[in-house]
Amino acid sequence: MRTGNNKRLAFYLEMLRIRVIEEELVRYYAEQEMRCPVHFCIGQEAVPVGVCQALGGADTIMSNHRSHGHYLARGGDLRRMVAELYGRETGCASGKGGSMHLIDRSVNFLGATSIVADTIPIAVGVAFANKLRRRKSVSVVFFGDGATEEGLFYESLNFAALHRLPVFFVCENNLYSVYSPLNVRQPASRNIYKVARSLGVESSRVNGNDVEAVNRASASALRGIRRGRGPYLLEAMTYRYLEHCGPNCDIELGYRAKEELEQWKKADPVAAYERKLIRESVISKDYALKARNRIIKEVGEAVRYAKSSAYPEADRLMMDVYAQ
Amino acid sequence: MANLNMVQAINSALREEMRRDGDVIVIGEDVGADGGVFRATEGLLHEFGAERVMDTPLAESGIAGAAVGMAAYGLKPVAEIQFMGFIYPAVDQIFSHAARIRSRSRGRFTCPLVIRTPYGAGIKAPELHSESTEAMFCHMQGIKVVVPSGPYNAKGLLISAIRDPDPVIFLESTRLYRSVKEEVPEGEYEIPLGQARIVREGTEVTLIAWGGMLRKAIEASEGFDAEVIDMMTLTPIDEEAIYRSVKKTGRVVIVHEAPKTCGFGAELSASIAEYAMLHLKSPIFRVTGYDTVMPLPKLEDYYVPSADRIRRAIEEAMKY
Repeated sequence: MRTGNNKRLAFYLEMLRIRVIEEELVRYYAEQEMRCPVHFCIGQEAVPVGVCQALGGADTIMSNHRSHGHYLARGGDLRRMVAELYGRETGCASGKGGSMHLIDRSVNFLGATSIVADTIPIAVGVAFANKLRRRKSVSVVFFGDGATEEGLFYESLNFAALHRLPVFFVCENNLYSVYSPLNVRQPASRNIYKVARSLGVESSRVNGNDVEAVNRASASALRGIRRGRGPYLLEAMTYRYLEHCGPNCDIELGYRAKEELEQWKKADPVAAYERKLIRESVISKDYALKARNRIIKEVGEAVRYAKSSAYPEADRLMMDVYAQ
Repeated sequence: MANLNMVQAINSALREEMRRDGDVIVIGEDVGADGGVFRATEGLLHEFGAERVMDTPLAESGIAGAAVGMAAYGLKPVAEIQFMGFIYPAVDQIFSHAARIRSRSRGRFTCPLVIRTPYGAGIKAPELHSESTEAMFCHMQGIKVVVPSGPYNAKGLLISAIRDPDPVIFLESTRLYRSVKEEVPEGEYEIPLGQARIVREGTEVTLIAWGGMLRKAIEASEGFDAEVIDMMTLTPIDEEAIYRSVKKTGRVVIVHEAPKTCGFGAELSASIAEYAMLHLKSPIFRVTGYDTVMPLPKLEDYYVPSADRIRRAIEEAMKY
């Protein structure tokens, strides 16, 4: 089925927005005012956009340490995200959590956390609550290839399959866990999406740099989940351009080949899509440039908003440990 | 009023709360058809159905994690972990998420969750089936630690724990499950969390205990003008009750079956030294388990504080 032009434009603008926001944040990071570890998602934008464009407003999201794309694609507030990175009271976690712990109930974003795989069973629990309460929403959880090596992955898929829970597991396979490639972590013959099948969870693999493919696969998975067919796992193959954590490229460290990075960049999810839409006259070069500049301006405003926001006062320290 | 043991009292609390509040559900390994290894959930499956009383896979961390998600989206799960030694795989979820969701979201998400687990020695089960590592949970902010000392307060405390908006670790002494019976009211009643109770008033020495050690402390207090405090809730700690008593008696003996080093007695001792030092007439004594793994049956008798050991500590405090 061909994706309509309105949809394609939305995909493009959303991916471009995440890309430019991340690039701009990399630039601002050098000022050393954003004092928190940041895991940028440059190169991986098609997955959150493809998935989130298939969701409804009541669907819930859980994310991981590389959370910006998930939060933004879900409709999170850029100003509150940037303020969070700057540790300000106006941040979406009130300046308490930073980049790795974005959380925002207003968009049903139950949060990112820094412990790999930990959010998977929580998302399953949310799905259980939804099912018991006869709510139609689907619980979506994003995690990486590394998370599938944790025991919780198995515990969670097993539980979800057993009770046919409305969970959409999205595995962003970017081939690396910090510095360790898949081949030192999993047997070469392993396919993550097939592991899911063996646990009783329907699954498929998709080119995670092809936003339309991700969106089609997600929409189809979500239809099944909403019809009560139980959970689904989508393995999206993608690649991160920058270091695991921080604003730099770390290709000189040698744990991955320069050629590999170049190869992936040729299939860049944003640039390749932009070229395609220009070629097919959906947008013009000028449109793309203007869109980019608009986003740069939007980030500038968000950064100004963050910098002019107050830090949390000392009396906030002991708030929200327990109910008051 | 009915004359119930602690298993029956806990069962009654669960039943009352499940009848009152459709959001309360019970999950855990074997909690369904057979009512759990100690039978605390017996009959609940029959009354409330499989959606609300659920046997889970053998996956403690997954159970705890799923319970966090359920609690964040409107349910009030009561999870059972079969023995305290089996809770360790779930500690990651309890510490990293249950305890922090409120803080992380600035109160926009909460985690009204109870995790019940049998703890302590007394039924001749070896290590990992007789753990008493309550202090570990007391160290983690954002969760509450509750330890009933008998059937009556087990029911009232469990009802309060289920109604509490924060996650509660509810520790049930295995030695108490069937060894004592008390008059337990039918229907619902709450015993507030965070409040200790004076079991016996006295003026010369304060004995502080909880859970399975309370009765030992009471037994040892015979013949002394001793005040006996049952903590009931370890965190948040009822400092007022302790200081008031210590200021009156000037002597303190703390009893717990957990190992001595970094046990909850250490926190109590330090707090008393910090806030009531000038009222003390003797050093603070701790009568505890030993700094080793819970041994098999015969050695268990040496491990767990006896009334004799407590009595000797009281005498030392008195003659200091």
